[in-house]
Parts: sequence; C-alpha cells; structure tokens
Amino acid sequence: MTQLTDLTIVQARDGLREKDFSAVDLTLAHLNGIEALNPRLNAFITVSHSQALDQARAADKALAAGEQRALTGIPLAIKDLFCTAGVRTTAGSKILGPFVPPYESSVTANLLRDGAVFLGKTNLDEFAMGSSNMTSAYGPVENPWKRRQDANAVLVPGGSSGGSAAAVAARLAMGATGTDTGGSIRQPASFCGLVGVKPSYGRCSRWGVVAFASSLDHPGPFARTVRDGAILLGSMAGHDPKDSTSADMPVPDYEAACARGVKGLRIGVPLEYRMDGMPGEIEALWRQGLDWLRSAGAEIVDVSLPHTKYGLATYYIVAPAEASSNLARYDGVRFGLRHDGEDLRDLYERTRAEGFGPEVRRRIMIGTYVLSAGYYDAYYLRAQKIRALILKDFTDVFANVDALLTPTAPSAAFAQGENMDDPIKMYLNDVFTVPADLAGVPAISIPAGLDVNGLPLGLQVIGKVFDEETVFAVAAEVERAAGFTALPAIRAGG
Amino acid sequence: MGYAIEGTTGTWEVVVGLEVHAQVISNAKLFSGSATAFGAEPNSQVSFVDAAFPGMLPVINRECVRQAVRTGLGLNAHINVVSHFDRKNYFYADLPSGYQISQYQHPVVGAGVVEVQLSDGSTKQIGVTRLHLEQDAGKSLHDQHPTKSFIDLNRAGVALMEIVSEPDIRSPEEAGAYVRKLRSILRYLGTCDGNMEEGSMRADVNVSVRKHGEPYRTRCEIKNVNSVRFVMQAVEAEAQRQVEVWEAGGTVQQETRLFDSARGVTRPMRSKEDAHDYRYFPDPDLLPLVLDEAWIEELRLALPELPDTKQARFMRDYGLTAYDAGVLIAEKETAAFFETVAKGRDAKTAANWVTGDFFAALNRTGGSIENPPVSAQNLGKLLDLMADNTINGRIAKNVFEAMVETGKDPASIVDENGLRQVTDTSAIDDAVARIVAANQDKVAEYKSGKDKLFGFFVGQTMKAMAGKGNPALINEALKKALS
Repeated sequence: MTQLTDLTIVQARDGLREKDFSAVDLTLAHLNGIEALNPRLNAFITVSHSQALDQARAADKALAAGEQRALTGIPLAIKDLFCTAGVRTTAGSKILGPFVPPYESSVTANLLRDGAVFLGKTNLDEFAMGSSNMTSAYGPVENPWKRRQDANAVLVPGGSSGGSAAAVAARLAMGATGTDTGGSIRQPASFCGLVGVKPSYGRCSRWGVVAFASSLDHPGPFARTVRDGAILLGSMAGHDPKDSTSADMPVPDYEAACARGVKGLRIGVPLEYRMDGMPGEIEALWRQGLDWLRSAGAEIVDVSLPHTKYGLATYYIVAPAEASSNLARYDGVRFGLRHDGEDLRDLYERTRAEGFGPEVRRRIMIGTYVLSAGYYDAYYLRAQKIRALILKDFTDVFANVDALLTPTAPSAAFAQGENMDDPIKMYLNDVFTVPADLAGVPAISIPAGLDVNGLPLGLQVIGKVFDEETVFAVAAEVERAAGFTALPAIRAGG
Repeated sequence: MGYAIEGTTGTWEVVVGLEVHAQVISNAKLFSGSATAFGAEPNSQVSFVDAAFPGMLPVINRECVRQAVRTGLGLNAHINVVSHFDRKNYFYADLPSGYQISQYQHPVVGAGVVEVQLSDGSTKQIGVTRLHLEQDAGKSLHDQHPTKSFIDLNRAGVALMEIVSEPDIRSPEEAGAYVRKLRSILRYLGTCDGNMEEGSMRADVNVSVRKHGEPYRTRCEIKNVNSVRFVMQAVEAEAQRQVEVWEAGGTVQQETRLFDSARGVTRPMRSKEDAHDYRYFPDPDLLPLVLDEAWIEELRLALPELPDTKQARFMRDYGLTAYDAGVLIAEKETAAFFETVAKGRDAKTAANWVTGDFFAALNRTGGSIENPPVSAQNLGKLLDLMADNTINGRIAKNVFEAMVETGKDPASIVDENGLRQVTDTSAIDDAVARIVAANQDKVAEYKSGKDKLFGFFVGQTMKAMAGKGNPALINEALKKALS
C-alpha cells in the first residue's frame, strides 16, 4: 500500500469508508510528517496537534456510525489568515501576535461541518502581501521542490499562501485553504506543483478571513488533483448572509463537473498574455496545453483582452487602497500587539511601527497616498475605471469562448533572496493572475510540466463568473493529458 | 426686515446651515445585531463587528434603511433608489475600525423641505440638501481616571441619520424653529426620539455673516450642539463674533468650533482635529443599497399624519387659529391629548383649556404629556360640567386645581365640595337685592351713565354667592334690578 500521506482526498475518502485505515491513522501520519519536516520547511506557524486528534477521533466515530460526509477525517491545513475559534491566528504579522479568535471563519466552519480535520495554521506573507512568503513575520517557507542542478538553493514556495502550498506539496496535509487577492493561490500552486483554485468573487465567504483587500480577496483551496480541489471547493463554497458580497446561489457538484470533458468547448488564447521576455519553456508548455485540449475535442480560438497590460498597475492601486483602510483597526487598543506610548497617537505609532513589516508598511503608504485628497481622482478613481474595463474585456471574450488557457506565472519558483531588491520585480509575478482577481472570474492553476531545472510549471484555466464547472472540466482535461507525476524532493516519508 | 446685526460698518445678515445627527430608532445597530438601548453598562452592547475584530464584516440592517426612507418621505424628499456606503478614514480610540461607514457621494435621501413657523405668524421653507445613513462612533471617557481614557463602544455602530439643511436659515429664531420642527417630524414618524440631552439628536451649526447682497463669506462649524436653546445661542454668539472679526479688519478662518454654553461663546477646537484628510472611498464590504420602488410606495402610504397635515386639519376641523393649532401639534402626544379632550365637545374651549390651565399645570408640576397631572378624559368631563351648567367657568378653574392636587374626577370634586352652580332665580334675586341695597351710591352713579359699574355689581353678587351663581342669570337679574 502507498503511504497514507501520498493518498489523494478521493483515495483517502474511499479508504476511510472501507476501513482500510482510520482517521486517527491518517491524521497521525500527517502530524508525524509535520513533526519531521516543518522545522525545515516552516510551512506551519501553529500545529494544532491535540485538536486534530480530537477531530480525527470524532471522524472515526462518525465513520463507524456510517456517517461519512464530504471530508470526514480528511486532514487539512488552514492558511493563517482564516480565523479559527480557539486557535491563534496571526495573518503572518507580529501585530496580531497572540490573537486567538473566539469565532470560526465561515469557510473553515463549512469544512468542519463536512468532517475535516485541521492540522494547523500555515505560514503566509504578512497580511497576504507578497509573492514569495518572504514577508512573513514568522520566517520564510522553503519550497519542497529542488532545482536538479542546484540542490542547495532554497526556493520560495510562492505567495502569499506559501505555507499552504508547501504543506500540501510536501504531503504534510491532503489539502489546504488559501486566499487569492492577486494570485496568492495560483502562483504558489504553480511553484509547488499543485492544483490551486480561485473561485468567483462571492463564491466563498470572506467572513472571518482577515481582510487584505476586500474587493479582491478570494478564499479557495489547494489540492494535489483537480478532483480533490473540486471536493474542497464544494465544501468551502456557499452563500453566507454574514458577508454582504457573498453570492446567494446554489453550489453545483464540482466533482461531477471534472468528468465532463472538453469536447465542443471553445478555449480562448489571450494574445496579451504573450509577454516579452517570457521564458521559452513556458511559451512551449502553453502551446502544449492548447494541443492537449484540441486533441480532446476543444476548439482553440485567439482572443484579445486589450486592457491586460493595465492589470498590475490597477491592482497595485486598488489593493493597497483597501488594505490601508482595512489595516487601520490594528491600533493596539483592543486586541493583538500593543506598544504603550505617551499619548494615543504615540501608542498608534509605536504599535504599528513595531507590528507591521516593511512590505505592509509600504502598501499602507501607497494606499493612503492614492486615496488622499488631490490624488484620489488620478489614482484610485482611474484604477476603478480601468478595473471596469478589464471586467468588460472578460465579459466580451466570454460571449465567444467557454474558458481561457494561459500560463499561471512568468517563471518557476525562484530562490529565497531573489527578486528582493526591487518590489516591482516581485509584483511582476502576479501579471497573469491579477486580471482574474480584478474581474472576479474563476481560475485554476494545474501543474502541467517541469522547467529545465525540474521545477513545476502551471497552466491557468480562467472561466466565466460563477461557471467554475467548466473551469474544472477544462482543468481536469489538462491534468489528464499532462500526466504530471513528478514529486518534490522533500516530502513526508520521501 | 428680519434679524440682523447692526455693526459699526453697517448691517449684517446671518447665514446658517444645520447638520443634524439623529439616532435612528431601531433595536439593532446599522451593521451589526448589537442592541442600542440608552444607558446600558459600558461595553455591554458590543459585537465583534462593532469592535472591528479581524475578519468581521458589516451587514446592513433593513430596519435602519426603512427608518431613513420614512424620514426622507416625511421631509418631502427625493428617495434615491440606489445609494452607496463609503468609508471615512481617521484614527481615534473610539472608532474601532479606523473608519466610519457613511454615505458620502450617494446618500439614500436627496433634496427635501421643512416648513417652519415664526413668531410673527409667517412661515418659511428651509431646504434639506440630503439625508444619509452613517455609523456613530463610541464614546471616550476622559474623566474616569487621572492618566487614562476609557472607551465605551455601546454607541459604536449605532445608526445615525445626518440631515443636512441648505444655508437658508437667517436668524437664531429660524435655527431654533428648524430644529424643533425637524424633531417634531422625526418623533411623529418614530424614526428618532429627539432626546437632545441623551445625545440621540445633536446639531452641527454652520454660521457665516455677510452684508446684504454679498455672496457667502467664510463659515465656521460649531460642533455637537445639544439643545435647541444652545443652537439659537450659538448662532447669535458666533455671528456676533464674526461681525467683530470682520469689522476689526480681520478675516474669519474656516474652522471647527465648540459652543461654551456656560460662557455663551464659541471657541476653536484643537486645530489637530480638523487637519483630517478622510480618504473617502466606497466600502468594498458592502454592495450598493438598491431600494424597491414598490417598497418605497408602501412606506409612503403607511406614513402617519405629520405635523403640517395635522395642523391644517386642526384649523379646518376644529376652527383653531394657526397659532393654537401649531402649539397643539408640536408634539404628537399633545395633539392626541387635545383630540381626546375635544372629541364631541367645543373645540375652541378644549384648545383654550389644554394650552392654558393644562400646560400651566404641566409646567408647574414638571409632569409630562405621557404622564399628565390631569387625564384627557377628566379634563373632558370638566368641560362637560361647564357645558351643562353644573359649574361655571370660575368654579371650573378651582375644580381643575383640585383635580391636579388630588387626581380625582371633576364630578366628585364638585359634589364633595358643594360647588354646583346656583340656577335658582329666587336665590339670585335675593343676592342681587342685597347688593343693590348695600350700594345705593354706586346704583346712583350707574344710573347716571357709569355703565362700567355693571361689572362691579356682577362681581359683588358672585362673591356673595361664593362664586356658584350662574353668570347669565346674575346678569339678567342685575339688569332688571338696576333698570
């Protein structure tokens, strides 16, 4: 038998049902993996060992009673941006410090409702602001993948959901939650050889998720297969009256959608995603992906998303603007870190100077600037107008095609320390992922091949708003055709 | 004509616009389920949303929107079917999220109008620019500890309506009349209790002065004025100050000021506080507020009778003067009290008694219309006793005082004290005969043409009868005896 930690969620679900192993066995296997590898990978900020075992025992009881739900006994990792009742939640920041929320986020509550076991809280860029996990106040995360020729280089897992990606890649969890604001699920999924799902805006509730940029924050799952991703999203999604932006729509059967195939679908190839300086192997992989889909019966169509080139600039105005306001609540008055001062203003200044890292401070300053009197029209208002045009680009092309195929990121995982000299360079990582966030349309990254160094590269499927089913169908076809079986160098039991 | 300030350089006109903050009557806050009762233990009505804990999100309270729309309808205002919520960003310890959710560019209610009545009998239309919904902040308590400030978040997130007037107000009197009228409308609607002393209604007063025919000059905003009287005093004091500044060759600086009611002057707030750049932007946690036209119509049809309509009806149906009707309708409860008294009785008499003896008793006893010293039913019975000649008007006043004292109904007071009016003509004739006999000199004067003495004879006869004589019969008997 394969190791328990190598199972997919689908396989583990079957094994639990057949009593091949217990939920406690499954959870212990992952906890052992975490114990062995987390000191090196730093994927988890908090490991909730005893809570996980309690949940696993409850799952075994339910299984014994013949009550198996979608995720009964499945060990998951939770991005430390989701508030979890009674379990410390840091957002990767010092400013939340010892904060233990007395409430459970809606998404994690849905997962618990379906029987999931939570192993712990995963590392992330501070307040989800980053593409490398290097901005975490709790240290960087190591990507479990290694360059073939340069095994000493410590690679980043991508960001901001770097801990979740590293944990799932290294078999420390069967799946994980993430949040995608500019690419924070899809880019780390691409860097770590995983499936990363960013659903439509409004599909997963934001209630109880520490806010970065409210109009852009999309909770979604990481998994090792498209079908596992579909199962996780099916549990996480759903209308939540506590989030005014949550969509009041039924959640379709995503797992079933994975088996639909792509015959007769029209797949768009956006010209504007062919960027200067993009590595040839990514270009080649993209063409390969299109060939796979064509062979499977899809029609490939060239399309244009003319405002794509403004995506990053728009994103880096809208996201910091919202963040500058969302992060005002971390003032040392009611929870988290407090650094006392001479007076109220001094308390604010000391607390926030000590609590926020440089990238968060940079974005608060950018956001404050673009909302200031005299600059609002030139920056924020203009960005909102361009955002509307980007959304219109997608609406227009989706009148003619069912989904788009693009690369996920402009490169494979880079080493810790690379791209650190210039924030703009780091921001370029999100060039292919940001537009779908701005438009709120669903997108999935699927591992589709390896680069010259043996590192995973992802392809991205983008779909119509609330049509995750087609996105899953196309992603499943890419997955099937790619037959991606490469394994990371560092993994539980590996 | 109207109000003006005579300066050394000429006559100055006062220009005033008001921003009234009215706390919405609702069980829960604007974006959370927390209770809103006044006077609860500090921090006992605070949810995680109100305290801005990480990941908490606002959800609009339908009841608060309903109240705002009803208020807009009551102000004859345009209701905006689509409105937006914005964030007003600033740091303060009693503002947990670091921003106030408000409606900046697209308020739920647009232009409306309030008609006020002035003491000279004229009326004036004051334009309402807009009404928007916003959250209240918490309360900072600086006087509880020598070195610390305490924060009470009970009020944080409570729904406020900010009602902004046009700069149509030209005197302290108009400012006072506007606030009173607005308060009256809100109370009629049941959308705000209007209790200024509890802070559920407060006004920011914008004042400037100008010479006749000039464009507006620089205005100052006097924040958080919490009574009608203070609003009027603040307008007067601030206008006077500005005239003095201009006439001394100075320039009025646009600034935020406070009214010091003890000294009757305004003074600048700390300058630090008005250096804000609020960085307004649409709140991404909330979708645009979209109202259903049919729902608005439903609310319009269900509005209660409002002060202006009631006043017109009182004038029409009860034959009251504009003044009397205006006094009676100022408070919904007073109007209801009057209508109970007037029902099936002479309305003018009822109005005189309610605005006269009854209001006097109310003031004297410190009672309220909800808990009056004399019930409307008993006052009505008193009027009945006069109408059927059981007692006369003079005795009625005594009976009324006894009713205030004892709370008894008028019939038993009349019976217990033997106050029934004497209509027995022989008793009246006897009394008249005695008075005429005892005052022969006056009789002679009267007969020689001093008609005014007739009142003296009436008074003397009434006195002789301990006030219980029927005035009409006394008149008749006297005329006969003196002819």
